[in-house]
Amino acid sequence: MSAPAVLAGLLDFRRLDLLAAEDSALHRLDARAKLVVALAFVVCVTSFGRYAVAPLLPYFVFPIAVAAAARLPAARLSRQVALLLPFALLIALPNPLFDREVLLRVGGVGIAGGWISLVSILLRALLAAAAALTLVAVTGFPAICGALERLGMPRQLAVQLLFLYRYLAVLGEEALRMTTARELRGGGRPLSLRLYATLVGRLLLRTWDRAGRIHLAMCARGFVGDFRSGERSRFGRREIIYVAGWCGLFLLLRTQDPTHRLGAALLRLFQ
Amino acid sequence: MNPPVVEARGLTHVYDDGTVALQDVSFRIAAGESVAIIGANGAGKSTLLLHLNGHLTPTRGDVRIGQTPLTRQTLPSIRRSVGLVFQDPDDQLFMPTVYDDVAFGPRNQGLAEEEVGRRVQEALERVGVWSVRAKPPYRLSGGEKKRVAIAGVLAMAPDILVMDEPTSGLDPHARRQLIGLLADFGHTRIFTSHDLDMVLDLCPRTIVLFAGAVKADGPTRDIFADAALLAQCRLERPLALQACPRCGRTQD
Amino acid sequence: MHMADALLSPAVGATMWAAAAVAVGHCSRRIRSEDDERRVPLMGVLGAFLFAAQMINFAIPGTGSSGHLGGGLLLAILLGPHAALLVMASVLIVQALFFADGGLLALGCNIVNLGFFPAFVGYPLYRRLAGSAPGAARSGIAVVVAALLSLQLGALAVVLETVASGISALPFGTFVLFMLPIHLAIGVVEGVVTAAVVSFVRAARPGMLPSVAPSGGPVTGVALAFLAAALALGGVGAWGASKDPDGLEWSIARITGATGPDAPQTAVHAALGRFQQQAALLPDYGFRRPDGAAAPTPEGQGAPGDGASGDRLGTSVAGVVGGAITLLLALLVGLVLRRQARRA
Repeated sequence: MSAPAVLAGLLDFRRLDLLAAEDSALHRLDARAKLVVALAFVVCVTSFGRYAVAPLLPYFVFPIAVAAAARLPAARLSRQVALLLPFALLIALPNPLFDREVLLRVGGVGIAGGWISLVSILLRALLAAAAALTLVAVTGFPAICGALERLGMPRQLAVQLLFLYRYLAVLGEEALRMTTARELRGGGRPLSLRLYATLVGRLLLRTWDRAGRIHLAMCARGFVGDFRSGERSRFGRREIIYVAGWCGLFLLLRTQDPTHRLGAALLRLFQ
Repeated sequence: MNPPVVEARGLTHVYDDGTVALQDVSFRIAAGESVAIIGANGAGKSTLLLHLNGHLTPTRGDVRIGQTPLTRQTLPSIRRSVGLVFQDPDDQLFMPTVYDDVAFGPRNQGLAEEEVGRRVQEALERVGVWSVRAKPPYRLSGGEKKRVAIAGVLAMAPDILVMDEPTSGLDPHARRQLIGLLADFGHTRIFTSHDLDMVLDLCPRTIVLFAGAVKADGPTRDIFADAALLAQCRLERPLALQACPRCGRTQD
Repeated sequence: MHMADALLSPAVGATMWAAAAVAVGHCSRRIRSEDDERRVPLMGVLGAFLFAAQMINFAIPGTGSSGHLGGGLLLAILLGPHAALLVMASVLIVQALFFADGGLLALGCNIVNLGFFPAFVGYPLYRRLAGSAPGAARSGIAVVVAALLSLQLGALAVVLETVASGISALPFGTFVLFMLPIHLAIGVVEGVVTAAVVSFVRAARPGMLPSVAPSGGPVTGVALAFLAAALALGGVGAWGASKDPDGLEWSIARITGATGPDAPQTAVHAALGRFQQQAALLPDYGFRRPDGAAAPTPEGQGAPGDGASGDRLGTSVAGVVGGAITLLLALLVGLVLRRQARRA
């Protein structure tokens, strides 16, 4: 039960990381531009009121366009985003229970506000997840760390993130070996608390020893307490256009309610 | 410039818990020599290696690299001339990409980024893995990791290479290739290994450690010929020197 | 127990980002001043360790369900609170990016909920309860109590952040009554697991855990200062952000029974509402209320009836049709871009 979970987590991580190693015009952009746009996107999407459904839909253009332009595997990413839906449903479910006021009538059937906001929460969850995953897929984690640092994140946290990223797979595999060994002997049940503590305690001791060896290796190569980084990409015209273009579009979608206008125009056409 | 001599004189190390890891170890390794340090587990190999790079301070005795004794003041320059390659490359490759990892040492030396770039390329090409420079280390094969770890040390332009178990964890092909690579280096080389066939290929001279002391020091072939010594030190003659079970002859 | 983007309003998200940034900045400065370079790789791999440990599930006794470690308190016991907060922040950042766990905007919330509370409230409490040379039993109890408190605070923060954002319809009281008992149970489990790991480590390698308290006084002070700052920020943010009648104050009003438009807060509230309408960069959209008010009136529980449904039907049908069209357009844009990218 737990070994597959560890394995699945590691696989998700690797696949996403692998995408960042591809090359496209988007991949080559300065990471700060992509980070700022992703944040602006999430802020715009979350800024809608509780019952916003239709106005959220145009925002799908962002992850779709990024995935397409960077040649990301759309089906796989969509699946990964969709897998988060059950969780989103869980946090959205109270809404129909508590918000029963009818907001909408379609052919005599009243639809409570709670159901509308439930759909809104699901859409928000999808959009936010898509934004995060596409950001990593076209930027890569080390570049995001660099961008965060250049935007003011403390060095200590940047270095911490790089180490975490580097040793995630190493320790994940160690955990995988330990859980697999356990499950070969103990069947597929989740671990009892006592076994879990022993397992995690052992993993912790190994981790501690590894940290010591890494420190030796760092000293052996002249580490004096500071990480020096190499050349850095530039925030040039392309980046400015990228940021201004997307942010402009997000604002436009936020203020102009294009879905409603479009729909109304179309309905008029057919009347 | 001639690579300096490595010398240990009466080196003794006692750990905090009272374990005597090294006892009066003395040897002298000349410039350009390739020497193996062998011994069973717990014989003191790792402790000795950590002394050569100044990670441990001798309880008694001293270590000299060239004319320089190892002290706190000389540590940075000693570490520049002694490159230490660890057994598990995952401990050594701690940066997010291969390129950044190999550049870690040169950058710490305060070199300009241009020079860093030159060194990184040279080192990665020397060990034949320039093509993986953009990859994160976790996506490399075992052999590639080992090569990148060596490149990380080569990029610092050391005179002396110290390697802990260079062939451990490699498949036969990667092992064979790595041995070929190491044979080509002109550095003074010091290896620890349980892979005695590799020792036979790479090192004309062998030092045998047993319970923290030097048990033997001499030509590798002589040492491997001494069955009594090997048995006493819990070692075994390399396959290449064992008699063929069919015809009873040895390889040469 | 991650706070999610989908439930968050930008104002609350940004407020918590600011609080988290203050905490991260302070801890970074503290770590730098301690100047222990050995700590760099140790913190790094412990982050990866926590990640791995969280991927392993364990059975929660007597429930048939399984859970995983939170780890904030464990990190604080191993590394001290400042390093623990940074490690926790790094884990949450990776989770947000690679696994879309929580989300980008919710990062601030999660760093405070899952990092700050265990490190700066739970851990000082643990030190105080455990004393300088704790026996196994005393240490275990201290761990459980500290974990319990951390998780209660974290859960309460989730409730406050959610209610202040006004996306979820869960009323404050109900939500609290739901979250706190559940996290009481989760807290006990977290505490027991943490205590078990700590005692395993203590038995296997006694030297590893710091034996002497790294001065509890200042840490408590810092914790209280942070807490006050975060609450103040959060309060202001929540007050300002709550455009919706279902916001925090409405819930509180309902709980205290002060219902009706003549509740005493109206003057302040109306002023805030006016200010907000003027200051709001982005007007409120979405399905419109029948009276057409962009921003619902603060006394909005004078429930909008379901009259005027014809007008609303027109509005909503247009919205749905338009939405479908834009979605198609978005897909079309994707197809075109993809084709171009292939050609390039």
